Amino acid sequence: MKNLDPQLVWAFSGVLGLLAVSTLLGLALKVAVKKPEAQATIRNLNARIGAWWVMSAIFGLTLVIGQIGSLVLFGIMSLLALREYVTLLPTRRADHRALFWSFFIFTPLQYFLIGIHWYGMFAILIPVYAFLYIPTRLALAGDTEAFLQRAATIQWGLMVCIYCLSYTPALLMLKIPGYGRSAKLMLYLVLVDQLSDVLQYVWGKMLGKHKIAPVVSPNKTWEGFVGGVLTATLIGAALWWMTPFRPWVAALVSFTITLMGFAGGLTMSAIKRDRGIKDYGTLIKGHGGILDRMDSMCFAAPIFFHIVRYFYSK
Amino acid sequence: MTVRPLAGMIAASARLISGVQVRWVDSEPDPRQSVYFANHSSHLDFVVLWSSLPAEVRAVTRPVAAQDYWNEGLRRALAVNVFRAVLVARHSGKSEGHEASEDPRLAIERMLEAMGDSESLILFPEGTRGTGEEVATFKSGLYYLCQQRPGLRLIPAYLHNLNRILPKGEFLPVPFISKLTFGPAMALAAGEDRRAFLVRAREAVCRLMDL
Repeated sequence: MKNLDPQLVWAFSGVLGLLAVSTLLGLALKVAVKKPEAQATIRNLNARIGAWWVMSAIFGLTLVIGQIGSLVLFGIMSLLALREYVTLLPTRRADHRALFWSFFIFTPLQYFLIGIHWYGMFAILIPVYAFLYIPTRLALAGDTEAFLQRAATIQWGLMVCIYCLSYTPALLMLKIPGYGRSAKLMLYLVLVDQLSDVLQYVWGKMLGKHKIAPVVSPNKTWEGFVGGVLTATLIGAALWWMTPFRPWVAALVSFTITLMGFAGGLTMSAIKRDRGIKDYGTLIKGHGGILDRMDSMCFAAPIFFHIVRYFYSK
Repeated sequence: MTVRPLAGMIAASARLISGVQVRWVDSEPDPRQSVYFANHSSHLDFVVLWSSLPAEVRAVTRPVAAQDYWNEGLRRALAVNVFRAVLVARHSGKSEGHEASEDPRLAIERMLEAMGDSESLILFPEGTRGTGEEVATFKSGLYYLCQQRPGLRLIPAYLHNLNRILPKGEFLPVPFISKLTFGPAMALAAGEDRRAFLVRAREAVCRLMDL
């Protein structure tokens, strides 16, 4: 219970309040809207809100448990994300051992390194050791067909699903003078990033006209992007009291989180379009798979971590 | 002796590892006596197929497994006690190294005996595991079984990605998400030719591949 500092409790209560309001709004929309094509959107919206309750409950629980809870939660999410990713990409028989290493050696090891606060190794395990190991293992397996493509496929999976995602609980490693426990930073990052996704979706549904990248992601519009980024940045700035930042810095940092989140969503969409699919999975009702929900986090977390580490941590 | 709680646990972990998404296309789970037959590319095939059946169907369903692989040590304990597998000899003709394979009719008799009037079977008519890329021609066992039991209900099924989770020759699984599609029930038609029937049965499985 040592993580329960009052600011964390306030921020999390805010999340629950927001969810309660959204749930009521969703119910009101369900009653008010009669057009059949709009009803499908509202059904999806309500499914999404329902899933948000579950995700918030799980995340809240891990915040209470502390570091172990966060490491286990994000470790499992990494494994599930990697599973969704490799299932949709073409792998060959000879990739089997390299994939086994990715799931059962590199993933646990990455989270273990966070657990023992070994920053130096955490930061290079995947981009140095795993990136050299994977092609070597493929070469040993002896199949040269599409060699570089297969190696790069596995490396990118490790990069996004394991390395980048692990930066979220890695925030707990940071010691910031005069700030207290950095669990609050984790909540802040998740909050701004996910709100930015939600707000881009909401603004897009309300005002969206001009598509940003129609081939890659037909739902992303300039109106949604600008509206979502601005409102999420404002909320991020208004939450400065739960961070080590001053308000204007909080705005800048939030702005960066939203931009990186957008980059993540767009990039992971490009892979989906290349493979001819809509979602990575079906695990989260209304949202798709873990990777569909976490794609923005994967890009935002490492940058956020390094900004905080460079400017604030001891 | 059967160990039911263990069977339930194994079923749950098989579903977890394989992340299997089960679909019934023009078909639904039914505890009536049936023979489930599917493509074969992994040792996990029957465990996953069996685990994907609802508990009441699972309780009356027994896999048919190759004696030469499953009849030793821990494997046998699992196969016989937990899954109540019906162990039969393969008659592939390639088993010269093994002791002379028994009469194929004996295998059919063993299956019929195991079925009684109410038990269902899981059968892989390819006889051996393939690479997962295509479905091999079916062996005749399925036909002879139906001949002995006119009107026997057959349920085709297609297992996706099991060859990626645990391919032939590997002993450690990689957790891909798999899919299992059951198709509509079929039966041997009166007077249907053996070859025509086996082709039709194989097509019933292949059709589910792209659904």
